[in-house]
Amino acid sequence: MKGTAWKFGDDISTDLIAPGRLFHLRGNLPEFAKHVLEDADPSFASKVQAGDFVVAGKNFGLGSSREHAPQIIKIAGVSAVLAKSFARIFFRNAINIGLPLVECDTSLIAQGDKLEVDIKRGFVKNLTSGKEIKITPMPDVMLKILNEGGLMAHIKKHGKFDLV
Amino acid sequence: MAQTIAEKIISSHCGKTVKAGDFVIASVDVTAVQDGTGPLTVRELKDAGFTKLANPARTVLFIDHASPSPRKELSNSHMLLRDFAKSTGAILSETGEGVCHELLAEKYVNPGEILIGADSHTCTAGALGAFGTGMGSTDVAVGMALGQTWLKVPASFKIYLTGKFARGVYAKDLILHLIGLIGADGATYKALEFCGPAAQDMDMSERLTLANMAVEAGAKAGLFFTDDKTKAYLAERGRGDKFKLIKPDEGAFYEKTISIDVSSLKPTVSCPHTVDNVTTVEQLKDVKINQVFIGTCTNGRIEDLRIAAQILKGKKVKPEVRTLIVPSSRDVLLKALEEGLIEIFVQAGASVCAPGCGPCVGVHGGILGDGEVCLSTQNRNFRGRMGNTESKIYLASPATAAYSALKGFIADPREAFKQGD
Repeated sequence: MKGTAWKFGDDISTDLIAPGRLFHLRGNLPEFAKHVLEDADPSFASKVQAGDFVVAGKNFGLGSSREHAPQIIKIAGVSAVLAKSFARIFFRNAINIGLPLVECDTSLIAQGDKLEVDIKRGFVKNLTSGKEIKITPMPDVMLKILNEGGLMAHIKKHGKFDLV
Repeated sequence: MAQTIAEKIISSHCGKTVKAGDFVIASVDVTAVQDGTGPLTVRELKDAGFTKLANPARTVLFIDHASPSPRKELSNSHMLLRDFAKSTGAILSETGEGVCHELLAEKYVNPGEILIGADSHTCTAGALGAFGTGMGSTDVAVGMALGQTWLKVPASFKIYLTGKFARGVYAKDLILHLIGLIGADGATYKALEFCGPAAQDMDMSERLTLANMAVEAGAKAGLFFTDDKTKAYLAERGRGDKFKLIKPDEGAFYEKTISIDVSSLKPTVSCPHTVDNVTTVEQLKDVKINQVFIGTCTNGRIEDLRIAAQILKGKKVKPEVRTLIVPSSRDVLLKALEEGLIEIFVQAGASVCAPGCGPCVGVHGGILGDGEVCLSTQNRNFRGRMGNTESKIYLASPATAAYSALKGFIADPREAFKQGD
């Protein structure tokens, strides 16, 4: 995966990703995606290009369990979210719907940097700075769900959980 | 092997003895969604072709977040949930019945059980010695269809509580203080297990307040042992036979122990825009407020309303402070009516609204204007939480909220008791 980094800070809550004031758009995710992360960066949704990366600090996605948050990030065309750490429910939700998450030292990435991300081989390459950044590996269970296209796809394929 | 409460409950749901760090497929006893997350769950199940639920009698769909509905799109979502309940035999909790976490404790979840809910505050059920944890719509959809979920067994932090609360200081002050200590992500993937003499002294309402906010430190669950108080709580609600003794084994491994003498605590407040941005009320100078909100799954129970009524009785809230009171369930509202609390609130100039989440989620019924400040008993103060990114939210106990409504600024509720009120 190659794309441009969109930089955000620490503690980006699901309220900033998918605001409660737009609750009524939860049934219309393509429309909701036009507002993704709007309260953290008003220009993001209109400028993000397919394949770009959201890059944040610690505890990305804290707060509500709303799965609409990773859904609209994915629908907006973002190919993966990179952060120093993720909140637990957001982590599950993103993997369940097939949005790749990458835990790594995002302080080595600046707004607008070009990145190459290879989850399988476990690295992020900052093509702008030339630096390579190590990825904290994801648990096998989650990697399997992600590789099979998300949790529902996994269950449809196996007819049951086939994870442990 | 000596086990924590989390390890014990999960072991009993996957047919083997597990320890922190293990990945398991566990059976789930109760699944729940609310009107914000449930429609997506229903669509997932329909798209995947699931028409039957593993356990419809213990599958609950709550209409609480946008209820009564403020707009047609949400009314249509509510219709989707009603139709789904009808076609599958799942339980529907209608507009006005109350907040999901309050009702799950009052009616649906028992000690030793596993509850997965598509709402982050599902950890509230931990007060009953149940492993309640929040997940997203898809996880819960699979739980509903298969009666199972996958879990990583969490390591636990022991939260050892001693001492007695000073007058005017409550469980809410304790949990805000604790989150300030741990940080908003300090317990990510962990379970908090509350114990010690002060935890034993707490009534169920206080335990529910603590368990409810475990997720605000990032935790997966906030767990209590069970005792006579748990038993009485269940018995009062016709579920005395569901009592089960839950406690950790002596010598169970805790990743960390945090000891707090609750008698040292003061009225505590979370300041905008994160829950771990904690200070004491005495440190806040002249924070003027436009709205006070008393309610939610954190602090909308009868015990909370009694405290607020004690402070508001015979007084008037400042005309410039809109004061909204939302009982957390229909039973709470009925009790408050019986005890004359609602009259006290209305006489004091407060507005009492239908049981539900109220303004906490920023969907309806109390959205803040630009630059406005709300003091709320809810569990979250993120920017934009109450529907406006240009507003500010402070979190506190019902006592601090009620006393501040009388003063017009964030004020120390210990003064109310000093005056002999």
